[in-house]
Amino acid sequence: MSSELPAGVERRVVDGRERLATRGEPVYGEPTDGEWRAWNPARSKLGAMLELGMETAFEGGERVLYLGAASGTTVSHVADFAGPTYAVEFAPRPARDLLSVAASRPRLFPLLKDARRPETYAHVVEAGVDAIVQDVATRGQARVALENRRFLADDGRLLLAVKARSEDVAREPAAVFEEITDELAAEYALLERRRLEPYHADHLAVVAEPR
Amino acid sequence: MTDETDPAGEGWFAGLAPDEPGAEAIAEGGTETPRPWPRLAVEAGFATDEGAYYDRLHEATTRATRRAVREREAADDQQVKHAVRAMDDCRRTANELAERLAEWAGTVDGGGSGIEYARELAADADGEPFAGLARRVADLAAEADRLESFVETRTPEVAPNLSALAGPVLAARLLSLAGGLETLAKKPSGTIQVLGAEDALFAHLRGHAPSPKHGVIFTHEAVRGTRAEDRGSAARALAGKLAIAARIDHYSGDRRPELEGELADRLATIRARADDSSAAGDTDDGPATGSTDDGPAAGSTDDGPAAGDTDDGPATGGPNADGGIGDVE
Repeated sequence: MSSELPAGVERRVVDGRERLATRGEPVYGEPTDGEWRAWNPARSKLGAMLELGMETAFEGGERVLYLGAASGTTVSHVADFAGPTYAVEFAPRPARDLLSVAASRPRLFPLLKDARRPETYAHVVEAGVDAIVQDVATRGQARVALENRRFLADDGRLLLAVKARSEDVAREPAAVFEEITDELAAEYALLERRRLEPYHADHLAVVAEPR
Repeated sequence: MTDETDPAGEGWFAGLAPDEPGAEAIAEGGTETPRPWPRLAVEAGFATDEGAYYDRLHEATTRATRRAVREREAADDQQVKHAVRAMDDCRRTANELAERLAEWAGTVDGGGSGIEYARELAADADGEPFAGLARRVADLAAEADRLESFVETRTPEVAPNLSALAGPVLAARLLSLAGGLETLAKKPSGTIQVLGAEDALFAHLRGHAPSPKHGVIFTHEAVRGTRAEDRGSAARALAGKLAIAARIDHYSGDRRPELEGELADRLATIRARADDSSAAGDTDDGPATGSTDDGPAAGSTDDGPAAGDTDDGPATGGPNADGGIGDVE
């Protein structure tokens, strides 16, 4: 009903400026204030979505499937305020950093898996998660969202960051975004969409719920 | 509890013993359709409650991911191995051709030598019969540089401790000579000390040459920057630390910056010998003495010390006064 921040995420003055912050072990040299650590929206698409006031529907404590966790920058903040969080990442090098993020977060589950092949992790990730956060930099971003629909509760949310350049570097981002949102419509109802400027160039954020 | 076929049957935890971590099941299992695993696991008696289930899941996923990361990253050592070999080939070929070119071009042009000269000719010898050759030399040299920068960025990702200690290019050469990070990690430091000196080593083993003090690690400042009498000791100390670094990189993957400090301390001690000249005759250099003549198929091809099977060859090494050599950790 409003774009309030989820419990566990606050706007606090950290390092002289008001910023989003969560409580947890610092992971990437972010500024901290006591146990609160700043969440930089320029380094995190979900951070930018919250900063821009999008309706993520996060309240705190949700079960989350995070696709494209990379080295764990964003997922570390998610695990700070959410409940059990499954972090899927395909590349080994960033997954190594993700492991150290998970070491201090007992409800963060790192998985070295390909988000385009959910059948390789459906025996681990539980059905009915409250949110899927997707930030994968590959072609076929819409297909990834459709394939992973099977994990999402009927009243859950898809929070998707689409990177135009991953889909096709040469094409106009607006055209890429149209195509992807059309494709998503097969299984999702779109609730909100907006571009993530100034935090991320040529990225579209989408909030959707299953049909 | 359940009357249909076991609902937990397709979950990662099915059939796991209470004390089994389950990393294999995480890594290798799979199913089409997710189910409410935490609840099913509790119903199946796998965990007493969902909290306990999540604790075990955390441990299993962490283990499985750590292992998979290590395996997948290990495959990258092969990229580095091929790149550094290609780099050496390009550079050697470029130098050879540059010599030929200089000889030829010297008959018409003012003359010069080396790659630099080839670059000049490539730029302004148009129309000369050797212009194409000059361009190819310049291209090969450029390719060697490109490969070197690939090696410099990739090796620290594959073997961070080894690269920090040896420098990325020497680290890549060691990986290449051993055949990969895993084989390097399994070699005793005495073998690492003489990797790249196989000709000299097998000559020694056949009984008509002194034992080599160092192989490719000669290019390391720790060896080259030490006076000749103490190079054997320096090479042995360096090889000991490199062996440890390779093992950490292969088996654990964390960064251990203290290795560099330890090596520096050890070198300072060795180099201090030069100051008190009384301490003459440090004769403990070569790795290989006592070793038998089982040197595998001497012939010493150029692909490293008869890959894999030489563990008993060069390295009687063993723990020895210089410390650090045989010990892992």
